[in-house]
Amino acid sequence: MTQTENIIIESGDAVQPFSYSVGMHGSKFFTELRDNRRFMAVKCPKCKKVYIPPRGVCGECFVEMKDWVEVGPQGVIGTFTILRFAFIDPETGAQKPVPYGYGFIKFDGADTLFQHYISVEDETKIKIGARVEPVFSKDRKGTIRDIEYFKVID
Amino acid sequence: MAKRVAIVGTGQTFHKSHRPDVNGQELINEAVRRALADADLKMKDIDAIVIGNMDHFEGINYVDCWSVDGSGATMKPIIKLTTGGTTGCTVAIGGYHLVGSGMFDRVLIIGWEKNSESDTTGAITTAFDPVWDRLVFAGAISGLAAEAQAYIARYGASERDGARVSVRDRKHAMNNPHAQLRKEVTLDEVLASPMLADPIHLLDVCPRSDGACAVIMASEDVAEKICPKPDWIWATASRHSYSYLGDADYGRLTSMREGSQELWKKAGIKEPRKELDVIELYQPYSFGGLIWIEDMGIVGPGEAPRYIWDGNTDMGGELPINPSGGVIATNPIGATGLIRCAEAAMQVMGKAEGRQVPDVNFAFSSGFGGCWWTDMILHGKKKPK
Repeated sequence: MTQTENIIIESGDAVQPFSYSVGMHGSKFFTELRDNRRFMAVKCPKCKKVYIPPRGVCGECFVEMKDWVEVGPQGVIGTFTILRFAFIDPETGAQKPVPYGYGFIKFDGADTLFQHYISVEDETKIKIGARVEPVFSKDRKGTIRDIEYFKVID
Repeated sequence: MAKRVAIVGTGQTFHKSHRPDVNGQELINEAVRRALADADLKMKDIDAIVIGNMDHFEGINYVDCWSVDGSGATMKPIIKLTTGGTTGCTVAIGGYHLVGSGMFDRVLIIGWEKNSESDTTGAITTAFDPVWDRLVFAGAISGLAAEAQAYIARYGASERDGARVSVRDRKHAMNNPHAQLRKEVTLDEVLASPMLADPIHLLDVCPRSDGACAVIMASEDVAEKICPKPDWIWATASRHSYSYLGDADYGRLTSMREGSQELWKKAGIKEPRKELDVIELYQPYSFGGLIWIEDMGIVGPGEAPRYIWDGNTDMGGELPINPSGGVIATNPIGATGLIRCAEAAMQVMGKAEGRQVPDVNFAFSSGFGGCWWTDMILHGKKKPK
């Protein structure tokens, strides 16, 4: 695979001296997210489990995974919490915007859960099993922040 | 295993939220001196040391180096093990391996933490994937809350069921002079305490503590000469289940299920509920006291609330859990798992004083990390076959 440009992992306005590789599978995921607003997962050839985030090896079967499948963009809340206590985010040095919804999203077609924000505008709608869809960032850079948050659509 | 292994002495500090009167080395030394006194050994009798705490917590790494004056490890074999929340249990398992290998007869095992000198959530965050996990991550509590939420949805449990576990552990802590939080609470007080992350209230979770614990293990060649009634290690297990936090089966602790099955198999235990006499569970929040004993096979899925409401896990019940008050009362993280091990050993040895459960044959202790990784030890009065 020829890498044409670096994928930048942001820390908001703060700068940290770390530069992480996301790996070949992560690169494909973030490229597709940025360019096509698609969620790409990978399927184990042996147990057929569909993993998101995608990765090279199914840990349970210990076999290489190359079969890409598109999942979502809709899904359901697999589980969640609403964070209500204030704390400093060590990634940014800024206080987290509490309260915020912490969602474990089960995309349609995936077997593992994808972590992201859930909008808490109407807390009564946030339940396990509620249908959600992503709200994409206008200016996408190939990072996890290319999704702003998920919102309940029931 | 070449040699059978027993715990012959334990020591711990009087755990507090802040110990500004001592530094890390001095804190460690308090626990080491108590363990040596308990075993009636001198530092010169110790063949090797295993030490650990949680990486990054105090912003000072390499405790194996800087603590030697306090730990007694000057010019002795020492190894550091650090596995996050499970560290305290892992150092015990490491010590068990060293003694069991036949290479060392007497090993000193140390876990410690000064949470008052750390940024706990900031340090825990470094254990999680920077690309996929950290955006929404909020320390250990966010994963725990997601687990509790899933368990409640799956089995119809309630916040009240969780609160009952917290009431139990905080009551048990009244019997333990080493516990940090020694104040009984009511169900209503737990439920009225601030919501931190739904469904977890402030009084459902552990504090941050300063404390250290030390345990001395000995091989079967010398154990009974040091201690007439030692605590024999019957089996240990350790499990990890995920790469990213979204991989876990929320509402079940699969690492606990698989690890405990390994223990029961190794020891020939068929009905853990009847064959275990006491449990010291690394249970940093109340709902873990429901979910995880189901994964251990103490009761079936969804049955823990009834079992706990009926008083079975209280002191005097069928299977007391956390006579020490557990993690909800005391949590110096790198020591926490080793305190579980020491408390279980004290129960087997009959040294648990005001928190003693009568006639303990088998005791279980565990460690829990980050979210979702687990290690554990089965302790017994009889020498393993």
